Amino acid sequence: MYVAVKGGEAAIANAHKLLAARRRGDRQVPALTLEQIAGQLALAVDRVMGEGSLYDPELAALAVKQARGDLIEAVFLLRAYRTTLPRFGHSEPVDTGKMVVERRISAVYKDLPGGQLLGPTFDYTHRLLDPDLAGDQPCEPPAAETDSGEPITRVSDILSSEGLIEDDPVSDPSAPVADITRNPTEYPMGRDGRLQTLARGDEGFLLALAYSTQRGYARSHPFVGEIRIGEVDVEVMMPELGFAVTIGRIKLTECQMVNQFKGSSKAPPQFTRGYGLVFGQAERKAMAMSLCDRALRATELGEDIVAPAQDEEFVLSHCDNVQATGFVEHLKLPHYVDFQAELDLVRRMRAEHAAREDADGFQTGDTREAAE
Amino acid sequence: MNSSASRQNGADGAQDPDRQRRLSVLAKAPAETLLSRWAVLRLDPPVDVLRGPESGLVALQGRMGGGGQPFHVGEMSATRVTVRLGSGHVGHALIAGRDARKAKLVAVIDALALDPVHAEAIERKIVAPLEAEAQQADAALRAETAATKVNFFTMVRGED
Repeated sequence: MYVAVKGGEAAIANAHKLLAARRRGDRQVPALTLEQIAGQLALAVDRVMGEGSLYDPELAALAVKQARGDLIEAVFLLRAYRTTLPRFGHSEPVDTGKMVVERRISAVYKDLPGGQLLGPTFDYTHRLLDPDLAGDQPCEPPAAETDSGEPITRVSDILSSEGLIEDDPVSDPSAPVADITRNPTEYPMGRDGRLQTLARGDEGFLLALAYSTQRGYARSHPFVGEIRIGEVDVEVMMPELGFAVTIGRIKLTECQMVNQFKGSSKAPPQFTRGYGLVFGQAERKAMAMSLCDRALRATELGEDIVAPAQDEEFVLSHCDNVQATGFVEHLKLPHYVDFQAELDLVRRMRAEHAAREDADGFQTGDTREAAE
Repeated sequence: MNSSASRQNGADGAQDPDRQRRLSVLAKAPAETLLSRWAVLRLDPPVDVLRGPESGLVALQGRMGGGGQPFHVGEMSATRVTVRLGSGHVGHALIAGRDARKAKLVAVIDALALDPVHAEAIERKIVAPLEAEAQQADAALRAETAATKVNFFTMVRGED
């Protein structure tokens, strides 16, 4: 028998009205503008774009506002929005070597072409709360110095010129590029599908897994070869014209992790690599992604799979916070009928148990009370 | 597409560096700046919108390790539009974001620039200044970044 239960309509409508009022907060305080969110909470917006897998700062700012700052809810909103849009095609692969760099550091080479450019970093701050920021103190303009114009060479290009690091060649330019948003997931997944999954994966989940590899669960002795943050042009082929045009610029964070070397009887030892590429300024996420990418290359590199971070099905099928929150949060939806069925079952089992105890009770009369 | 339409469209060759540069500069320009540059020309050509403006997504690709096989990093919003002017010139635009007004303006400017009557003015009053401004903005960003460059020095201890 199926019984439809109705009656929540008014409660839901009023709950949403209440949500809107709570979201607005104190009416004496001016409402946040999207420009304020995109401009002053930029890293929250970046995170929502990355995990929402949609680069659009204005929409991500709106999602943050609508979600009252709940970033996973905001990611969910952005993902839902993207499903409503047609896809025009794909970009040419972006060239991070041509990035207009805002930050670039390397932990393996002190003096490298282009130098160590700290950019707008939290590093070396004392992590002391700054009471001045509670108000609207005037902010000094940033310092400026003449740019040397020296090319900011990718560290992987420096190392690979000596053959010390594994190459990342374009092995097959005509190979189709995996797309997890179009094709059902299948394991084992190629590295292209894995990187796509990790790029939109939950920062916290990937961070924890990355941390686990450092603590000994699939150790890979990583060094940050390079982190670079900046803007790249996005080029898209226009079929009407027969050539690619730049459609705009996006900010990306790239992390090249250099890991313990590997050699065999045939190949000399060389460093291996993990790669991270994330929307916006998202250094922690890009680092975590590159550590997870490297751990997930275990099979390819002939390593034993001994830790969670190396288990691709475990990592890739749990790193998506929209999927995760959907399944965890669905538990709060009405399960009245399911639970009723389980209640009946438990009552029946208990009755049977009691009956058994009664039957046994002739021999051991003192156990019945304990069983109940 | 017949040959005359193809000529008006400017799409008769696989490469057209001028048009490629123009569309790229226009797409990257902030909407308000583009609009004010356009206003200077005082042009108001009759425009037929052939397609769009339509908002959608472009799948963004990166490369493994920066230079290897491509993979999808995510998607970005984009808007496209195609217009035809009274002169018969067809202009296209594909720009990042969801600004339909900007996309349409880019397509109109693209079409006008195919007309020898307007090409020079568009280059001089719109494209070249926008390109210069974009370069200045990049230079300013590079200069701010350069100020955060670490200049290592070695502390020498002792007499020798």
